[in-house]
Amino acid sequence: MRLVAEGLSCVRGVRHLFSGVDVRLESGRALLVTGANGAGKSSLLRILAGLAEPAAGTLRLEGDVPADEALPAERTHYLGHLDALKAPLSVAENLEFWRAVLGRPARSVEAALAEVGLAGLARLPAALLSAGQKRRLALARLLVADRPLWLLDEPTAALDTQGQARFAAIAGAHLAAGGLIVAATHVPLDIGPCDELRLGGRPAS
Amino acid sequence: MRAAFLALLRRDLALALRAGGGAGLGAVFFLAVVVVTPFAIGPDLVLLARIGPAILWIGALLAALIGLDRLFAVDGEDGSLDLLFMVEMPLELTAAAKGLAHWLATGLPLVLAAPVLALLLNLPPAAIGAVTLTLLVGTPAITGLGLIGAAFAAAFRRGGLLVAVVVLPLTIPVLIFAVAATSAAASGEAPFGTPFRVLLGLSLAALVLGPVGAAAALRATRE
Repeated sequence: MRLVAEGLSCVRGVRHLFSGVDVRLESGRALLVTGANGAGKSSLLRILAGLAEPAAGTLRLEGDVPADEALPAERTHYLGHLDALKAPLSVAENLEFWRAVLGRPARSVEAALAEVGLAGLARLPAALLSAGQKRRLALARLLVADRPLWLLDEPTAALDTQGQARFAAIAGAHLAAGGLIVAATHVPLDIGPCDELRLGGRPAS
Repeated sequence: MRAAFLALLRRDLALALRAGGGAGLGAVFFLAVVVVTPFAIGPDLVLLARIGPAILWIGALLAALIGLDRLFAVDGEDGSLDLLFMVEMPLELTAAAKGLAHWLATGLPLVLAAPVLALLLNLPPAAIGAVTLTLLVGTPAITGLGLIGAAFAAAFRRGGLLVAVVVLPLTIPVLIFAVAATSAAASGEAPFGTPFRVLLGLSLAALVLGPVGAAAALRATRE
């Protein structure tokens, strides 16, 4: 499987954030998107997720994807700045909801919670979680539905060192299983074979 | 896809029924309108029975719109709406599931409360049955039409007034035919069936147009 984007450009209001961005990501590799604040990292991820229209350029998923599933959005996990949790619902209820709605169920809710280190908190309302625990719960969403392309916006924000290690293990396992990851980040992520895309400057080699 | 629909329905119902969800708010508002009106009109039982169906319907119409402005807005604010764009389930069904949950939590209590509140307005038994039946048919139409306004409200901060401005004019035909049918049943001078069938038609149209229009509005206002 291969993620191919050609000549993407993004305009927010009257500002040109970036133009002519090419992405060519093979199965089993990660792409780290770096750049200064406001360089357009989040906007690029939203375009890749199909949540925003690029001003120019094309986007497709190649490889073992049936023709009627060429739309990448349904094969894509998007982890944005917001954790998409409902505070009155319990940790397990939040995750069960996304497991049912996202489709292609993968790991069970209990297994996913254990993997992100929230095993004992399944019945707690999400309102009582700390920022880092909410982020872990959002990460668990990536595990309950089988989608090959992960788009992660600052995935380690608010995570402690143990949480970052767990994230690195989860992302590494996803890459090893042939998945693709595009992550916008300010900190180096130790998740396996990586390419780098620097926005707002010349691309690093 | 059915699992996704049911999961969304169950989640929205759970959110509405738990503390702070606001499921009972519409029924309380309905009660307030109907209880206050006889005090304002005065002790004229004949007049009260004549305008009773209209009062019940105005109260129910406004009560059914409560909470609609936040229906999609909360999902937009916590990031859920982004993810609901990225699922196999068409956006129309997503809107329909949220609308159904809203009707079950807000519209259905109004229908159940109507026979009791109708007694306060001195309505004859035939009119009580008619007003309950028209509410059962008409409140889904209001929710359906309200979905369109709710979808627009998600795109704008403080979209609350927007829902009223966009949706209220669309609900006027529902109000007209529902009250006409109820008054006909109460007086017995005109046939009940004719306006009631028009109401049924309006309701069916709104049930289809609402989710489709809401999905179109969500797509159009997506940044």
